[in-house]
Amino acid sequence: MDWKRFGFIALIITVLFGVVVVVGQAKQPPLLIITSMLATTIAVATPLTLGALSGVYCERAGVVNIGIEGMMLTAAFFGWLGGIYMFQIYHMDAMVSIVLGVFFAILTGAIMALLHAVLSITFKVDQIIGGTVINILAVGLTGFLNRQLFFGKGSVFGGSVPASPGVLPTIHVPITELFTSICGSSAACLENVQAVNRVFDQKPIAMGAILLVFLSHYVLFNTRWGLRTRAVGEHPKAADTVGINVAKMRYANVLIGGMFAGLAGAYFTIESVPSFEPLLTNGRGFISLAAMIFGNWTPIGAWAAALVFGASQALLINMQIYRDVIPPQWAFLQQSYIVGLTPYILTMFILTGIIGRTTPPAADGVPYEK
Amino acid sequence: MQSEKQSNSLIKRILQSISDASLVPFLAILTAVIIGGIIIKIVGGDPFLAYKGLIEGSFGSPELGLEKSLKAISETAVWSTPYIFAGLAVALAFKGGLFNIGAEGQLAVGAVFSALIGYALPEWLGFDLPVYIHLPLAIIVGMLMGGVWAGIVGALKAYTGGHEVINTIMMNYIALNTTSFLLNGVMKDRSPTNVIARTPLIAESARMPAIFDGLRVHWGFVLALLVAFFIWWLLNKTTLGFEIRTVGLNPDAAQYAGINVKRTIILTMMLSGMLAGLAGSIEVTGLNYRHELGFSIGYGYDAIAIALLGKSHPLGIVLASFLFAAMRNGATRMQFLTQLPVDLISMIQALILLFVAADAIIRYIYRIKSKGERVVLTRGWGG
Repeated sequence: MDWKRFGFIALIITVLFGVVVVVGQAKQPPLLIITSMLATTIAVATPLTLGALSGVYCERAGVVNIGIEGMMLTAAFFGWLGGIYMFQIYHMDAMVSIVLGVFFAILTGAIMALLHAVLSITFKVDQIIGGTVINILAVGLTGFLNRQLFFGKGSVFGGSVPASPGVLPTIHVPITELFTSICGSSAACLENVQAVNRVFDQKPIAMGAILLVFLSHYVLFNTRWGLRTRAVGEHPKAADTVGINVAKMRYANVLIGGMFAGLAGAYFTIESVPSFEPLLTNGRGFISLAAMIFGNWTPIGAWAAALVFGASQALLINMQIYRDVIPPQWAFLQQSYIVGLTPYILTMFILTGIIGRTTPPAADGVPYEK
Repeated sequence: MQSEKQSNSLIKRILQSISDASLVPFLAILTAVIIGGIIIKIVGGDPFLAYKGLIEGSFGSPELGLEKSLKAISETAVWSTPYIFAGLAVALAFKGGLFNIGAEGQLAVGAVFSALIGYALPEWLGFDLPVYIHLPLAIIVGMLMGGVWAGIVGALKAYTGGHEVINTIMMNYIALNTTSFLLNGVMKDRSPTNVIARTPLIAESARMPAIFDGLRVHWGFVLALLVAFFIWWLLNKTTLGFEIRTVGLNPDAAQYAGINVKRTIILTMMLSGMLAGLAGSIEVTGLNYRHELGFSIGYGYDAIAIALLGKSHPLGIVLASFLFAAMRNGATRMQFLTQLPVDLISMIQALILLFVAADAIIRYIYRIKSKGERVVLTRGWGG
């Protein structure tokens, strides 16, 4: 990531935030708007960040993974379903069910990734076709099971969706408490601190995603494992010559990628809302890939790009809040269908490489033949 | 004598090549059907009854009587029409080394514009058009707009290297959002009873007639077969087809041979988009007489499976379209007989796609030796 790219990201985020501040200041002070936008941005960027990390692991090892969307969708379904099963059938504690649900989601992501690995590494299927197979399979599988288990005659849960154990709780970071003594009796100071605190009060997966960004950066660029991963992605023959098992490294990294995609899936049904609907991922797996490309296949760059998409989604959400104070000459901002186009157009714009071209790993998408 | 022998061996060779080409897809379907049956068993259904329902629902049976059977066959043809167009769209792009996942969006754009020409043009002009002008116009405009929609992605690919896989998907979402916007806004059916996001009905003069009275199968089906033949001719007998295939096989060699690669990429995408747009246009002018939001969920994705199953050959695509259409059409009867949800079909289709795409698995299971070289379908990010 160079300054040009980070500059572009900063610019877009500033513009998106600026629009909301300008529109919303009739209703709320700018600080409150900015912190609320930031909090939303970080939260909704979570699946994109994790999806992009998933792509980074797979593609650094030389396997194109276009099936992230499908992995997320399947994981979202099975994580949610697992939580319900634990909660309703095995009568487990709600919190335990939720945590187990997250594990089911991660496991599901890994299983789908295993399928991708078998197809692309063992059977050397065209990797983009393999990923598409996973995407279509995910839609069919989740749609079928969702209908079969919950709706219609003879369904397991008798025609209705049972109560899910709920969602992961928000973790409070005690910034306000820390500043209480500093602020003293000033109410305005305390209010501002509380507003800032909102940015840091995130749910576990959102927090974990940020930790994983830096952990992944360390793993990829500072460990033996990372060096080997990058070696099989750049020049598998050379890696093979020095005794690295190319297939094994690729399998392992695709599986890790699948787990990340699985955790991203858990965000949808276990952290964000406690329900599932068909096609709920809505293209975010593909947007993750764009974030990965724009981030030049690095974890931190991908995260920065994911935040841009998060901000454009936060724009859509906040525009609904300030719907009634949008000035008439900006009436198009009331149309959620139009504002909702932002991430998609942004993705296409970024892929043009106007902001600077990025280079994929040299052996990305190429099956290795000894 | 000599020539008879030769023609005999020619027929034999053709039959041989057909059976070679269809062996793996056939086994892929068989394997998917078997696994589908196991899944039906696991979820507590009766696989044999389910498949009986599928076949009866799509091709009829003596039990159902002649009238219902004819209706079933007609409905299968109706379902297969958009599949043929969309399958050809994906296949044509494959031939050119491009992966068009955007048939869904191109189809929606084609449908929106056909519907617009269909209901609004007489109003704009202030007089009624004869059917031989209005109908072709509605179809052609829809087709061209599908082409433009895909052409944008082609141009981005040719001039900036933006990968068509992500861009066509993004264009799908943009098409979906934009059509939602239009169908809920300016293009919404204003009749007082309507609450759905849909256009008004198109004028009589923009509607395609049915082939037989009382059955829904329309001339669009015949058009689909003709277009399939045309695409075969285009790809195999024309310079443009040769250029498309050459760029698909090896863009560097094509460049070296003096083919304008950028132009060919854009043209391929546009032609592909036009075919997908046709799928939408024909659904509007031949079947629904309006565009309704969400009428096409999944055609574009099924088209990928159809193109792969049909090995990107127009004849193969027509056959694969019949298969997919039969499954979709028979699903209702299957659900009626067994209470299994229609979504089961999507799963079996996904399995078929899995085994067709990963033909190595099928070859491994059934111990078939691979003949010939690998076919390059798509290229990585760098391409």
